[in-house]
Amino acid sequence: MKALAARRRHPAAIAVLILLGLLVTGGAYSFLAPKQAQATSVTADSVATGKKLFLANCASCHGLNAQGTASGPSLVGVGAASVDFQVGTGRMPLAGPAVQAPQNKVKFDEEQISALAAYVATLGPGPAVPDGEYTTPIVPGDEKAAGQSLTNSERIARGGEIFRVNCAMCHNFAGAGGALTRGKYAPALTGVTPTHIYEAMVTGPQSMPVFNDTNITPAGKQEVISYLDAIDNQTNVGGMTLGNLGPVSEGLFAWIFLLGLMIASAVWLGKKAA
Amino acid sequence: MSTINDTRPAEALRDGDLGAEQERADVKPLGGIAGWLDDRTGGAKPTSHFLKKVFPDHWSFMLGEIAMYSMIICLLTGVFLTFWYVPSMTQVVYDGSYVPLQGITVSDAYRSTLNISFDIRGGLLIRQIHHWGALIFVVSVFVHMTRVFFTGAFRKPREINWVLGTLLSMLACIEGFAGYSLPDDLLSGTGIRAMNGFVQSIPVVGSYVSYFIFGGAFPGEAIIPRLYSVHVLLLPAVLVGVFTAHILFVVIHKHTQFPGPGRTNNNVVGYPLMPVYMAKAGGFFFIVFGIIALVSAVVSINPIWGYGPYDPSPITAGSQPDWYMGFADGALRLLPGFLEFQTFGFTWSMNIFPGSILLLPLMWGIIGVYPFVESWVTGDKREHHLLDRPRNAPTRAGIGVAGITAYTVLLFASGNDLMAIKLQLSINDLTQLFRLLFFVGPVIAFWLTKRICLSLQRADRQKVLHGRETGTIWRYPDGRFEEIHAPLSPFERWALVQHESPEPLRISAEADENGVASPLARVERVRAKLSHFYFSDRVAPPTPSELEAAHHHGDEVDESHLLTGQHEAIDTSETSDSSSTPRETIKADRKRLT
Repeated sequence: MKALAARRRHPAAIAVLILLGLLVTGGAYSFLAPKQAQATSVTADSVATGKKLFLANCASCHGLNAQGTASGPSLVGVGAASVDFQVGTGRMPLAGPAVQAPQNKVKFDEEQISALAAYVATLGPGPAVPDGEYTTPIVPGDEKAAGQSLTNSERIARGGEIFRVNCAMCHNFAGAGGALTRGKYAPALTGVTPTHIYEAMVTGPQSMPVFNDTNITPAGKQEVISYLDAIDNQTNVGGMTLGNLGPVSEGLFAWIFLLGLMIASAVWLGKKAA
Repeated sequence: MSTINDTRPAEALRDGDLGAEQERADVKPLGGIAGWLDDRTGGAKPTSHFLKKVFPDHWSFMLGEIAMYSMIICLLTGVFLTFWYVPSMTQVVYDGSYVPLQGITVSDAYRSTLNISFDIRGGLLIRQIHHWGALIFVVSVFVHMTRVFFTGAFRKPREINWVLGTLLSMLACIEGFAGYSLPDDLLSGTGIRAMNGFVQSIPVVGSYVSYFIFGGAFPGEAIIPRLYSVHVLLLPAVLVGVFTAHILFVVIHKHTQFPGPGRTNNNVVGYPLMPVYMAKAGGFFFIVFGIIALVSAVVSINPIWGYGPYDPSPITAGSQPDWYMGFADGALRLLPGFLEFQTFGFTWSMNIFPGSILLLPLMWGIIGVYPFVESWVTGDKREHHLLDRPRNAPTRAGIGVAGITAYTVLLFASGNDLMAIKLQLSINDLTQLFRLLFFVGPVIAFWLTKRICLSLQRADRQKVLHGRETGTIWRYPDGRFEEIHAPLSPFERWALVQHESPEPLRISAEADENGVASPLARVERVRAKLSHFYFSDRVAPPTPSELEAAHHHGDEVDESHLLTGQHEAIDTSETSDSSSTPRETIKADRKRLT
């Protein structure tokens, strides 16, 4: 203590003190601040990187200022969530003109995607990339989460109800996908990350309508995600699902495999000497 | 082994009708339990008659058996399901073991089906056997029907049985639809909703009929219990009744057989029921049951837990009925919407009515009436117990394939949305394509089938006249090449030449000698035209004289001259009675040549 006291009038003391104070404040902030994925990554730097990436990869269709052209819509106000969904699932950049952007190989890494998202988010206010609170699937069980009147299992079942009322007409009861008009389609939901499902609901990509927080609350969205997760991971008690496409695939299977086996055994039996 | 009845079958049945006393004296009394039973029931004679019944052997004759067995399997598994199924639309809260539905309000019917699937031991397997069995039942009924059609087995005296079979196929589809609706899941509820719409599309009375069926407005509480009664009581009783008559007619008429050596219109060549077909058919039952059980154990069908409970507001993408109702669904998808119009305050839903309500009686009506149309056109009033090879009735085969094509187009149209996704096509383009195909497809199919049949007939003719192509090329001393044709055995030849090839009917005198037009003239003209349509392109089988001529100027004669000394077998076949050509000679020839 004596050594410290002796040097308190040292010319460098003030600088050291300021440095220390900054370190503590900065450390405490980074430790205590809400863990927003964007919060840390949105810096002037990443916005600049995003803009560069945008100009190199997106501007030919969306315009130099993302104002939109004849071949691509304006990105003002679509929000970071939209970019994270479109680029994060490989739909953008579009490989070629088509009725609908198909899911594809992802062309950018996480950092580049968030930089692009940060840039697009600066163009106008829009939905942000959701944090983990509502994109983590609920674990089934009889416990109740804070502020919920239903048990976890019942919340998953309610997610199923929300899904059947709002989503199944296009995406099929099991999320296997379905056809829309003129070659457009609702894609399969199996193997899609919870974040992307959430983003799709809030941004309404392509033919999909927007389900804002008044339509389906964030908790409701989490229930839908949990339901999809539950049916995605359940054991198929009945055996092979034939793609969960309903009676068409069952009928095809009956005609080809069942009838095929029957006729093969009829021919075999007919050949047997009496 | 063969049994030969020289008389016609219907008379043959009455042949043994002697006086009761004389009969008793004739027959050796039975001993033991059989005798005790016979004394009290008189069952020995019919049983023995039945057990000695002869059936011909061909794999395609077992298609009907597949239908029979899968029906029995459905009856057995259906009984099991009724033990737990509750036909009620009372709303209850689901609390069974399937987590993603816990706490949801569902109907009792849906809950009990979920319980069968998750909480009753073996319940899901039995449910899947019941459903797969139902699918293969209808499949095999239709395939059996095509076999009967293309071989002409519906001709006199079997027209009534054809009509009964037509009725059975329609009942099977309706029975299937009723059963499919019972679990009250989202998909089947959508089916009932569609059915409600179909009924309402009936002009003028539609809404009244709908209220009558549903006991009020849709969905009400009555439809599930009503469909349950229809599914487990009314239709099975009718199905089993008509089916028994169907089988009884097979016993009365005797089974048809394909033409072949020793097989005539008056006999049946095959094996008796006891012991041969008891073993074969009995064994086949277990094969059918085994296949259905195997598939049910490994392949899921109708996962009602995934569909969720019925609720009039949601719907799932890919809502289709089971395949046998698919053709009607397809017709609905193809009908353009502008066909609906209003007059006198009534809505005429011609965008729905023809595809849903009208199509069913129309399709089965056309099928049922076909034998009568054909026999009227051909004027053929004789009994037929020998089957046609499909190629020998080219126009009938063409009509059949045209009908199947129209049906298939409708069936595929019902899956247009799935084809659109899986083949990455536009559903609108597919619908247009199917609309076009529905009209053009049958015409092309008819023409193509008829041409293929005729060319097959020509090929048969060639084969009979010039023998079978051996694939052996012979080089002559003067340098030309020729393929050696081997003569057919008389057995092989018989199958190719035995059929009739009717000529088109000519109009009998249109006016009598006084110049008065016959009142039947117009009908006769239609008939002559149709007969022309049926038989104008005909390839007649070779006559014995043509065969004789071919033998004198044909290839084999040349060969036999050429190969004198080396090929006695061919020589003898030419000089001696043609029936003595053994097939082995060709192989022997080849050996000697190489």
